[in-house]
Amino acid sequence: MSTELFFVQLINGLQYGLLLFLIASGLTLVFGVMGILNLAHGSMYMVGAYLVWYFVAVTGSFTVSAILSAVIALGLGILIERVLIQRLYNRNHLDQVLLTIGMIFVFNSLQSILWGNDPYGVAVPEALSGSVPFTDNSSYPVYRIFAALICIAIAAALYFMVSKTRLGMLIRAGESNREMVEALGVNIKSLYTIVFAIGVMLAAISGIIAAPMRSIVPGMGESVLITCFVVVVIGGMGSIKGAFVGALLVGVISTFAAVLMPTMSNMVIYLFMILVLLVKPQGLFAK
Amino acid sequence: MSRIKTLASAVLATTLTAGLSTSALAAAGDPVKIGIMLPFSGIYAQLGEAGRDGLKLALKEKASALHGSPVEFIELDTEAKPSRAPELASSLLNQHEADFVIGPVHSGVAMGMIKMLRGKDTIMIIPNAGSAAATGPLCAPNIFRTSFSSWQPSYPMGKVALDKGYKKVYAISWNYGMGRESLDAFEESFTAGGGEIVEKVLLPFPSTNFQSHVSDIAATNPDAVFTFFAGGGAIKFVKDYDAMGLRGKIPLLGSGFLTEGTLQAQGDAAEGVLTGLHYAEQLDVPKNREFREAFNTEYGHYPDIYAVQGYDAGQAIANTIGQLEGDISDKQAVISTMEKLTIDSPRGEFTFSRAHNPIQNIYLREVKDGVNVVQSVAAEALEDPARGCKL
Repeated sequence: MSTELFFVQLINGLQYGLLLFLIASGLTLVFGVMGILNLAHGSMYMVGAYLVWYFVAVTGSFTVSAILSAVIALGLGILIERVLIQRLYNRNHLDQVLLTIGMIFVFNSLQSILWGNDPYGVAVPEALSGSVPFTDNSSYPVYRIFAALICIAIAAALYFMVSKTRLGMLIRAGESNREMVEALGVNIKSLYTIVFAIGVMLAAISGIIAAPMRSIVPGMGESVLITCFVVVVIGGMGSIKGAFVGALLVGVISTFAAVLMPTMSNMVIYLFMILVLLVKPQGLFAK
Repeated sequence: MSRIKTLASAVLATTLTAGLSTSALAAAGDPVKIGIMLPFSGIYAQLGEAGRDGLKLALKEKASALHGSPVEFIELDTEAKPSRAPELASSLLNQHEADFVIGPVHSGVAMGMIKMLRGKDTIMIIPNAGSAAATGPLCAPNIFRTSFSSWQPSYPMGKVALDKGYKKVYAISWNYGMGRESLDAFEESFTAGGGEIVEKVLLPFPSTNFQSHVSDIAATNPDAVFTFFAGGGAIKFVKDYDAMGLRGKIPLLGSGFLTEGTLQAQGDAAEGVLTGLHYAEQLDVPKNREFREAFNTEYGHYPDIYAVQGYDAGQAIANTIGQLEGDISDKQAVISTMEKLTIDSPRGEFTFSRAHNPIQNIYLREVKDGVNVVQSVAAEALEDPARGCKL
């Protein structure tokens, strides 16, 4: 591999990793704060992608569609938390797994009923459709650079929110001692609703951002879910910082594995996960 | 859940009597039982529905050829799950005693069905699955195919590439039957003519993380790229190829499924892609125009390739029954009649090979303004080599 190709693949890997972080961040946030293992997280990614596809077809504007879809996802998150998830706080993980697996089936069926099973694609928005010269005979699409920047911005915003704001303080307090926070007069119920809704919205936003780069197909949620879990387990369940580092590692490693040993590429990230867990059984940044 | 679905489909099995002339030959005896094993749910649901609709249209149009026999359809949903195939095929064979079984879409399901139906009295007609084995090592007198073998769309593309002056080609696909067989077929004719495969990449199915490979293609800088991808993977690959700026610089060639049913989602990214296939929607054949209008009148939308393949399965059944004047009790006669048919297909006329796979034209198509435009006949009356078939 030439040095030039090495850097090209490194950039591909980092860009993929940033998107993985965005998807995984919601999963780890919800688990870290609420202790809820949300297997339907991938479905929210799918919902985001399908919603933005649908609204682009109706309105023609990607920006409008993206905002609409994100807001609907936030609403959906509040609804799911209030109606379903709230009943599970005092139950064990198995019950949570059963409910959220059930939600995967519901969302897949809804997708099939509402939008059919044809594969779809969303066009890259006009303003971002250009590309910059990259190597001798390839160029790098502006949209992918934009997508990477959005992911970095959201990562920064999450970091700021968790470590510098009052909401973040409550989230961190709730993570370490739920009863004490409640005793101090904080409405933990609505705090949980907010956190869950943010988690759902983060998944949907990653689906929205990914839509112009990927194909929108039935089952797209499940395929990212597994990679997401690998990211979160490597980084340490519940740690946002861990998810960030884990996502970049998985992105870069799987990109190089795909080029160097294509037939084994799917296995490599799992091998990496096993290695990490052997050395640090709780993940890299576990609390 | 799936068992309930099976039962429900069986209960709902429709009896098609409308449109059949009751005054035709008095001996309106036993119904012709046609078992349909296609995916009606899951990722291939659309393909299953199209195949079924085509099949039913053919039998409706050719009602008079049935000599008054009513047709009974038994529809079972395979969900495109190979594990369910033997059980469903066995119920069509033993419980429903189907005369014909039409299915499946998915090659894995085909293997399970063949295991059950091979050498039995039921005639199996495959309206899609392109697995080489079905008309290769596993071929049988009672197994027919009205679609294609994986070899057929890709083999002529090797010569197309050579004719265009491409010497070094980068080949990429998924590491499963159809993917491997497509690349091998291309390689066979391409290297025989002096071409060189500079890189052959097989990715785990159904991974769609193509960006790093597209970067690798740019760095390798071949004369052209040959590929097999279908559905969501085809959309993603063509879009990634375009996004990295390779479209217009390194020509993209493929097995026809790369641009079949995916063009709308691929948009401009697919412009200029060259593919080989046994059909094109705008194919200038009178039968095609006639079929497209008839299908649209019946179902309110235009047919795709999967509907054509189902339609031809229906034509094969109707013509066979017609030639036997309604008597299909002698299965040997049914097989030897069907073998000799010439099907007037929307893709152009075709006959069956000794292994019962269509001997058909493969068309070279180029995407122009979002349509697969036929450029030429890449291979005329192409017959699958049927390697390993002892018929």
